[in-house]
Amino acid sequence: MRARPGWTVTVGMSSCGVAAGAEAVREAFRREIARRRLPAAIRITGCVGMCHREVLAEVSPPGGGATIYGDLTPERAARIVERHLLGGEPVREWIVADDRAPLHALPYFAKQKKIVLRNCGFIDPEEIDDAISMGGYEALRAVLAEGSPEAVIACVEASGLRGRGGAGYPTGAKWRRTRESPGAEKYVICNADEGDPGAFMDRSVLEGDPHTVLEGLAIAAYAVGASRGVVYVRAEYPLAVRRLRAAIGQAERRGLLGRDILGSGFDFSVALMEGAGAFVCGEETALIASLEGGRGMPRLRPPFPAARGLRGMPTCINNVETLANVPWIVRHGAERYAAIGTPGSRGTKVFALAGKVARGGLVEVPMGITLREIIEEIGGGSGTGLPVKAVQIGGPSGGCLPASRFDTPVDYESLKESGAIMGSGGMIVLDESACMVDIARYFLSFTRDESCGKCTFCRVGTKRMLEILDRIALGRAEEGDLDLLEELGRSVGIASLCGLGQTAPNPVLTTLRFFREEYEAHIRDRRCPAKKCRALFRYRVDPSRCTGCGACARVCPVGAVAGEKGRPHLIDEARCTRCGLCVEACPADAIAAE
Amino acid sequence: MKSTIAKSDAARDAAFRRLLSGAEESGSLIPLLQKTQGLYGYLPERALVRIARRLRLSPAQVYGVATFYGQFRLRPAGRHLVTVCHGTACHVAGAERISEALEGALGIRTGGTTPDGLFTLRNVACLGCCSLAPVMMVGETAHGRLTPAKAKAVLRRRAR
Repeated sequence: MRARPGWTVTVGMSSCGVAAGAEAVREAFRREIARRRLPAAIRITGCVGMCHREVLAEVSPPGGGATIYGDLTPERAARIVERHLLGGEPVREWIVADDRAPLHALPYFAKQKKIVLRNCGFIDPEEIDDAISMGGYEALRAVLAEGSPEAVIACVEASGLRGRGGAGYPTGAKWRRTRESPGAEKYVICNADEGDPGAFMDRSVLEGDPHTVLEGLAIAAYAVGASRGVVYVRAEYPLAVRRLRAAIGQAERRGLLGRDILGSGFDFSVALMEGAGAFVCGEETALIASLEGGRGMPRLRPPFPAARGLRGMPTCINNVETLANVPWIVRHGAERYAAIGTPGSRGTKVFALAGKVARGGLVEVPMGITLREIIEEIGGGSGTGLPVKAVQIGGPSGGCLPASRFDTPVDYESLKESGAIMGSGGMIVLDESACMVDIARYFLSFTRDESCGKCTFCRVGTKRMLEILDRIALGRAEEGDLDLLEELGRSVGIASLCGLGQTAPNPVLTTLRFFREEYEAHIRDRRCPAKKCRALFRYRVDPSRCTGCGACARVCPVGAVAGEKGRPHLIDEARCTRCGLCVEACPADAIAAE
Repeated sequence: MKSTIAKSDAARDAAFRRLLSGAEESGSLIPLLQKTQGLYGYLPERALVRIARRLRLSPAQVYGVATFYGQFRLRPAGRHLVTVCHGTACHVAGAERISEALEGALGIRTGGTTPDGLFTLRNVACLGCCSLAPVMMVGETAHGRLTPAKAKAVLRRRAR
């Protein structure tokens, strides 16, 4: 560990922190500390999960007792240096947590249980010593010292760990099948091709604690008998790629990856492959096709990759979050892991909580917690003033559950029964401003674009379903279209080869199940209750409130607003594109949708 | 992918030849395409043909892979690549309006490049900065909590 002078300032530098301006905040801390010649070091860390308070930074005085600040800007950073580091007085107004009100006691964290995210937001992800000081690579060391791959597999089986990428296949069973399959060589692959829109769990883990993932992968390799591994990362995650590449290099130099690891005789090397932007490559056989240099198209299973995978050899593919659980399980024992959660779904699950939610970010909760606890107690409700209407779980493969179903426990079986799925962990909260037809259209247009085109029902069926949804949104649908939509949805699910097509109709089918009346309003009354579908509402100026200031006319990009200065304005309905800019520009709240 | 616009054509061609000589098996096709695009900013047809020859693949196979993946471009991109996130959180936060505002300001459709070669506008399924929705990336810098006006202001600063 590097010598730390007096004070330490730790800035959260994950992608979401950086997007919120963390670079400038770090620079402001650096500049002010240098200018005042203070004995303070600046560190970085990953994402602690409180995306709603980014930019975050922790200020630790020499004697301990850290203060965590949120909502930082460069100006606020300068004030903190002046008043806290120099003056010794914390700046109350931006404090998120301190000794008196610690992080874990906040409503956001009280119900969370951190296993996968245990180091994220605490260690410097670019320093292997930070990971090691938190017990990193101890599980690998113990496994190699014991020398029994069979014991590792038995431990993971006993833990009840299931794949966190979406399908929930038991991890131990996958490892056993790979180990037992004959092959001159075997491979392990870490699937980091996180493609669901609205999901960023794997990205945060890779950016915040890459060594835990590498350790999990090395343990998997030892258990199944592989000497080579690949991490397949989505190319849209440049920071995750950079940190992972650095972590692999550091682990190799320490003898924790590479030849004869820790003197055990076990060889394991890891290569990094960047995806090239195809959602379907999250499916394991498509991922392998992509690694082999081809178009990422899934193939029929069996044979499963555990029997015939990369280059025809037995291959074990696990998701990032799954692997990040493994070192904890090995170190703390299968029983302790299995004691968390429900009988069918052990352990914890990480969710990316976003959308219309007051406290969004990355949360890790014990399985069996209810949706209500996550959305209301952890997330703090919609935060928009409007009631929460529904939650979308599992991205384009998942479904929308209405607020009346929020007592559903979060476990693989209960969610499946409800019509949604656990999925990879995207959880988007929708308030009353959301139109469910629009949400269904959104996801279906995504799966239509991402369908690889191999199966007719997925390639053509999703397109036909989308055409029906477009008709509904335009107010041109007819009675009977909903039945057709359901029938098509069932057929696409049945007649598709891989998970993409099999689950593509879910967002449509669940919204039809729980929000049918909303579809019917679009069809029968030619009305969009949430006023989202542009053909089914119009903007009107209330002449009694309009002051004639002209703000609306100035922002209108199509020149659809006209009126004399000081007199009520009018919107030309034929020209208006329903962009809504005028509504925001109006200082008198005189424009409304109807 | 870092672009290396500053390099001369000759230097880029030389770097491409070095890339090719190091490539051997068809499994390396995608990384090779990625590096080629890193050099040229897109995948020129002559490069695709030479890659095919080197890896003993048909040009159709290489073209098939290059057009399957969203990352690859067959035409040069503008100096600034503007990527509007259309993830779920951004969608419910109004990503469509951001795209419309930028299309209007740049006078191009999503997928297009401005005639002066300054901006290319495109969509991405999700950048994973959902709490800052709506988000866009310009080059490698993410801009969050956008409004149509803020998004246009970001591009105005870049255009200078």
